[in-house]
Amino acid sequence: MMRFSYQKPASVSEAAGLLAADPSAQIIAGGTNIVDLMKYDVTRPGTIIDINALELTGIAVNTEGSLVLGALATNAETAYHPDVVNGWPLLSSAILAGASAQLRNAATNGGNLLQRTRCYYFYDPSTPCNKRRPGSGCGALEGVNRIHAILGESENCIAVHPSDMCIALAALDAVVTVEGPSGKREIAFEDFHRLPGDIPEADNNLQRGEIITAITVPTNDFGQHHTYLKLRDRQSYAFALVSVAAAVKLDGDTLSEIRVAVGGVAHKPWRRKDVEAEFVGRPATRATFEAFAQALTAGATGHGQNDFKLELAPRAIVRALEQAAAGTPQSQTHKVIV
Amino acid sequence: MTEHTGASSSEGHAITLAINGIERQLQVHPWTTLLDLLREDLALTGTKKGCDHGQCGACTVLIDGVRINSCLTLAVMKDGAEITTVEGLATGTDLHPVQEAFIEHDAFQCGYCTPGQICSAVGLIKEGHAHNREEIRELMSGNICRCGAYTNIVDAIEDAMAQQNAGVPAQ
Repeated sequence: MMRFSYQKPASVSEAAGLLAADPSAQIIAGGTNIVDLMKYDVTRPGTIIDINALELTGIAVNTEGSLVLGALATNAETAYHPDVVNGWPLLSSAILAGASAQLRNAATNGGNLLQRTRCYYFYDPSTPCNKRRPGSGCGALEGVNRIHAILGESENCIAVHPSDMCIALAALDAVVTVEGPSGKREIAFEDFHRLPGDIPEADNNLQRGEIITAITVPTNDFGQHHTYLKLRDRQSYAFALVSVAAAVKLDGDTLSEIRVAVGGVAHKPWRRKDVEAEFVGRPATRATFEAFAQALTAGATGHGQNDFKLELAPRAIVRALEQAAAGTPQSQTHKVIV
Repeated sequence: MTEHTGASSSEGHAITLAINGIERQLQVHPWTTLLDLLREDLALTGTKKGCDHGQCGACTVLIDGVRINSCLTLAVMKDGAEITTVEGLATGTDLHPVQEAFIEHDAFQCGYCTPGQICSAVGLIKEGHAHNREEIRELMSGNICRCGAYTNIVDAIEDAMAQQNAGVPAQ
């Protein structure tokens, strides 16, 4: 690990000021991703800003009934919090599908949004990667790309966002609150992460000096009509090849609302509100779900080793919608998929 | 507890850690992981360095009673914390019930992952989210055993958990 200096600011404004003033500075919260990246020499911060003295650890339901997650509440505290388990079970389920118990105990909610891709080329400084070293090329495009994107990618980058939590937050219309040198603002979840385009080094739309302070998740009445279905090479402690967060509302057998976000397929959680709107009012049948899955994955392209995702993603979407419609969410312990 | 508010330095930082019940005043570099501090500076080599990247769980210790990967934890960030390693679980010559259960069930072969498995199991039981074998397996998935002693590890944890639930005092 490269050497670095260490700061522990006492307020959000002090932390934002330090971050804005020093281009080599990076934030540490739980540390579970950035310490790993520093060991691999993928990132070399000159200064580490430890934000753990900031009072951002709360988990509460506000007067509007929305869930407000502090950026520094851990993934484990969030997933097991009674309000989350009862009111936002899709979020709890997605968090528990990710990482290990030890990592969830340390990893924070803000950090989960900001974790970097696990693309092999991004992690290996001896190879080209436009995300790690802009202009050096994309090793994955013609290389080992089994885990890579099939939607929304560019010729510069085919990496995927690795989070499970973020897939649920995308489906649940979360809002990210950030604070920086120019004040506080709120970012809709769909606008938080970005597609790679011509600047694959930017995972998200945060501006320099901005720090995530909270994530707000609106109330919902999906009840048990939700699921987080994660498909991967081993059944625990592995990143998704494809994952699906689905929630539906039924009026009899008719879909009055349908929300689907897909992980493991793109540089950000893949959700299409225009497609969802088209399917409101249709019968909640397998035929409808198959049509929905085709529409949501329209334009998908494989890159060789990940061609299987072209079939796996729509099938996973159909299966997840069947689980959500039946009110039988996927268990993250009992791994049999029904 | 010493706060470093406003401090900026790449040199040693003064921190206090209570390690296995003993308070220690330490000078640490910001880049020193808790794992390296324990093993290299304090000779507490029970905690193992497996992958050093948070993938194997051999470095699992308890911070304020919560299990984490010490390889991904910077020591400087844990000023004021209580650290428990495998060396701190026994009371005198009385092993911790989880240690006893690992011996009873032969829950290891080479033993390299064992300190991490045991610390992780102690954390798991305290968390209280595992109620059956399936849940133990899922919530222990952050601890890899290359020898494949998983069946006996789950037996040991199930036994230790049952003892605790039956009111045998945990230490």
